[in-house]
Amino acid sequence: MDFKNLKFTKEHEWVRVDGDEATIGITDFAAGELGDIVYVELPKVGANVTAMQSMGTIEAVKTVADLFAPVSGVVTAINGALEQGPDLVNTDPFGDGWFVRVKISNRKELDGLMDHAAYQAMIGK
Amino acid sequence: MLKRTPLYDAHLAAGGKMVPFAGFEMPVSYAGGIEEHTAVRERVGLFDVSHMGEFIVSGPDTWTYLNHVITNDCSKLPPDGVLYTAMCHDNGGVVDDLLVTKLAEDRALVVVNASNIDKDFGHMKWAASNLSRKRVELHNASDEWALIAVQGPRAFELMKATPMLAPVRDQIDSVSYYRWRSFESPGGRIIVSRTGYTGERGFEIFVPPARATELWNELRAAGAPFGVAPAGLGARDTLRFEAALCLYGHELDDEHTPLEAGLSWLVKLDKPEFVGRAALVREREKGSKKKLVGFELDGRNIARQGYAVMRGDAMVGKVTSGTHAPTLKKSLCMAYVDADSVDAELTVQVRAHTVPVTRVPLPFYKSRARD
Repeated sequence: MDFKNLKFTKEHEWVRVDGDEATIGITDFAAGELGDIVYVELPKVGANVTAMQSMGTIEAVKTVADLFAPVSGVVTAINGALEQGPDLVNTDPFGDGWFVRVKISNRKELDGLMDHAAYQAMIGK
Repeated sequence: MLKRTPLYDAHLAAGGKMVPFAGFEMPVSYAGGIEEHTAVRERVGLFDVSHMGEFIVSGPDTWTYLNHVITNDCSKLPPDGVLYTAMCHDNGGVVDDLLVTKLAEDRALVVVNASNIDKDFGHMKWAASNLSRKRVELHNASDEWALIAVQGPRAFELMKATPMLAPVRDQIDSVSYYRWRSFESPGGRIIVSRTGYTGERGFEIFVPPARATELWNELRAAGAPFGVAPAGLGARDTLRFEAALCLYGHELDDEHTPLEAGLSWLVKLDKPEFVGRAALVREREKGSKKKLVGFELDGRNIARQGYAVMRGDAMVGKVTSGTHAPTLKKSLCMAYVDADSVDAELTVQVRAHTVPVTRVPLPFYKSRARD
């Protein structure tokens, strides 16, 4: 995994920017803390999401967590594989376990996110 | 300051993820809760339950006293018997659920929930002081025992293959459900009890703390051919949930009675006076106001403790436990519901979602523990 291209939120989402699109997931640390993930509720394609507001929920066996939008924009794709295989978030959080793609409406919001080193420092690694 | 069980280092060595629980640092999982759950249903799992409390009750009035403080009837317990029971307040609310093991005609081992050790000991002291026949002594022996649960269809094979348990090897197959055996070992007595909290066959092993790690390591090594897995609190909770075994703080508490919890088989009202009897007799006559019932959710959201059970716009109950059941692969919950609403059309409020639920019989998973 090349973490150089990823940005991170303090709520443990990761973002990979490709042109004006952001692919969003949660980090391996977050997936590990949540434990077995059994269901994810995602926004619909076409929905507007707002930076640092909840856009979905993650149900794990022991707890439930919000999925926050790292940036504002319009949802262009959701990971349909999570419907049948929510455990992909545990097994491959940075790859097949991605959640949504968002067309970024305000690139400046990316500046407020952490790089990998800052995120690692935040989680004490 | 959190306490540690004698197996703390063994948990770290096994990759255990430690969390605070009932005043102890306990492993919530090792490889992952669902994987550990499956290991117990299909093979065999090891649980450190050393955080549980142990009391020794002794003296000539041991059994008269215990029958006064618990709701079940221990007067007919065989010499190698174990009894599951509730212990109630005067108003019928549950102080705790516990196991009473008959060690001798004048001696019992009582196992209580870790979170209730102080409350239970206080309650039992109080109950002893109310008796006229009080030739009975209570001793909190919680730090004198480690406790390891060996649970799953291959638990018997594993018990027989474990060197430290060799003195009872030939007896393992003949120990009936809720009976125990013991032997003296270097370091102290070891008790193997055919009890558990998973809905699977298995044993709980009481072992002196100084020998707990040795036993744990032997069970892991001897269990390798059987696919043994250390299992944490997470798996313990989903396993007991599927089997609809009550968990104190969820299905049981000071406010609810054993009758409401569906544990009427633990309440022997034909027994002479015991703490809580009058309240429970009244409840039996009038009928319980609330009932613990099981539901399946429409969808995959999880109904968690405290979520409201709704009948239209009226709240008629509260969820006690809920999860996505790993063996049954359904979203299930248990809830206390007003007795006149249990079979109505109901929903559970899962945050912003109003989720329809269907009542399903308890237990969700038929226990194989007595097989």
